[in-house]
Amino acid sequence: MSDAPKTDTPKTAAGRAGTKRELPEHFKAYRHVWVVIECEHGIVHPVSLELLGEGRKLADKRGVELAGVVLAGDPLTAAQVSAAAFEHGADLAYVITDPILAHYRNESYTRAMTDLVNSYKPEILLLGATNLGRDLAGSVATTLLTGLTADCTELAIDDEGSLAATRPTFGGSLLCTIMTLNYRPQMATVRPRVMSLPERQPGRWGRIVEHPLNLTEADIITKVLRFVADRESDKAQLAYADIVVAGGLGLRSAENFQLVRSLAEVLGAEYGGSRPLVQKGWIGADRQIGQTGKTIRPKLYIAAGISGAIQHRVGVEGADTIVAINTDPKAPIFEFAHLGVVADAIELLPALTRAFRAHLSVNRLAG
Amino acid sequence: MHIVVCLKQVPDSAQIRVHPVTNTIMRQGVPTIINPYDLFALEEALRLRDRLGGEVTVLTMGPLMAEDSLRKALTFGADRAVLLTDRSFAGSDTLATSYALSMALTKIGQEFGGPPIVFTGKQTIDGDTAQVGPGIAKRLGLNQLTYVARICDLDPQAGTISVERRAEGGVQVLETRMPVLITMLEGTNEMRRGSLDDAYRAARSQIVKWSAADAGITELAKCGLKGSPTIVKKVFAPQARAEKVQHIASSDLSTDALAANVMAAIFQKQPALEGDLLRFAAGQ
Repeated sequence: MSDAPKTDTPKTAAGRAGTKRELPEHFKAYRHVWVVIECEHGIVHPVSLELLGEGRKLADKRGVELAGVVLAGDPLTAAQVSAAAFEHGADLAYVITDPILAHYRNESYTRAMTDLVNSYKPEILLLGATNLGRDLAGSVATTLLTGLTADCTELAIDDEGSLAATRPTFGGSLLCTIMTLNYRPQMATVRPRVMSLPERQPGRWGRIVEHPLNLTEADIITKVLRFVADRESDKAQLAYADIVVAGGLGLRSAENFQLVRSLAEVLGAEYGGSRPLVQKGWIGADRQIGQTGKTIRPKLYIAAGISGAIQHRVGVEGADTIVAINTDPKAPIFEFAHLGVVADAIELLPALTRAFRAHLSVNRLAG
Repeated sequence: MHIVVCLKQVPDSAQIRVHPVTNTIMRQGVPTIINPYDLFALEEALRLRDRLGGEVTVLTMGPLMAEDSLRKALTFGADRAVLLTDRSFAGSDTLATSYALSMALTKIGQEFGGPPIVFTGKQTIDGDTAQVGPGIAKRLGLNQLTYVARICDLDPQAGTISVERRAEGGVQVLETRMPVLITMLEGTNEMRRGSLDDAYRAARSQIVKWSAADAGITELAKCGLKGSPTIVKKVFAPQARAEKVQHIASSDLSTDALAANVMAAIFQKQPALEGDLLRFAAGQ
């Protein structure tokens, strides 16, 4: 987690923490890997399935079981969500079904989660780094007084069996590996699309452990007055787009961002930008690509005038093909791009738009 | 109404450089700023105060130099600033940070009146965890409202508040009772320019400085490194991808010829993509 860079010299921090103490006796009963299966309005969030894929690897490495945690407002939702968990790798599901849980609320979900953890004692608890997951994880970790590492980009089990959670730090200039050695569960959140989606195994099934909520509506102070769903057209579908074109400060002006949009339009792609463009107000926050914006895994990613700081890199590394256009041959983006062009994006983008448009219309006529 | 805004002084992360040999952070000369997300919280607090009357206290935990950010907040119009500073806080993770801040908030309540609303930004730009706000709420038993886009209604007499909260796939309209902890979403308001009066006042203001003991913290085991369940095991620079970048030569070519080469290289890397694009174009 490390909200603050702990010291000016990371080496000291690492050295200081290098000694491992014996896990306190009362935590030794904590076993198995859990993934919270996030479901709002009947739809399982893909990040939960991605986490099941990652959780499966951790559980196998530890020789323990993988469980999905299902909090649902009605039995049908509970059954559907549990089935999704089993088909994506869970051995069992801890299920709480209660109308109180139909909508996410911090109080009721925190109570449900802490109750489950205290009853069944997992060693690792993973949540998606969505608004729901982050709202919930902070409350649960504080209630349990355990460690929580946010926005991990890599999860592994170290030689001594502990969770090693790696995330960018210092505003995304370096990576750090964070561990919770003497407390349980070890908690971590992971952003959508950072991990790949495991293959669905139709018909795969597991055990269901039902648990009561032990709350009444009168116990809960916060009420959901209504939910206004986003219109489909308002949502930037960046995270799950096949092709993404993005711009950075190399575009030099807000007007030039139109060049990114034009290429995206010809390719049927989504468009976005690096963090500085959001800070300058050239694009909305929902179009930001990188550690603090959207993580993407497209087939093709074209980065125009983006230098490629770590905080951007971790958001795009899952792309099959990364094309970097930058005037600076030493820009960090060339360390992880597949195709590199040292050129001015302002000139190359319109030429690419022309080239693709011509190619696609000629071949369409020919076809 | 007394409102407290928790804010953090952070390095301007866009300007952080990493030493190429030692992989350590080169902090010398890196300017510090108020965490940009916290400004949305501060502005929202100031607007509520202007409308309903009362006071805004800003609180931060950090080294003595964090005073700069507090003074800046005073120039924007905050009424009082509290700096929580003590060597025993060094190395705090988010759990230890939320403990120290919650103790200071309790002390602020005793000294200056209990706040019905505590604001924070949605996250910081150096840690990006978004965990300290919920941690404070849990420790103080405040009703938690994260990612708030708009305060719809606030009734100080009845002690109720309703807000629009950014949720997955939509907006939740929530109603709850104060005291609350609110984390403000970015872009929800625009920070005012402080008045000249505020600037003079800020320059003259005494910033309240509390040590751990001043804030009523007796359990030092809950603070700093000792109070932090997480441990930074390793800090390292990312490695270049094993597969080297394939450069497309750009010299001696017209821009259009270069574009044609780039397109050809993309199709060579991703043979299936050309078909996908043609189908997309045909559907247009």
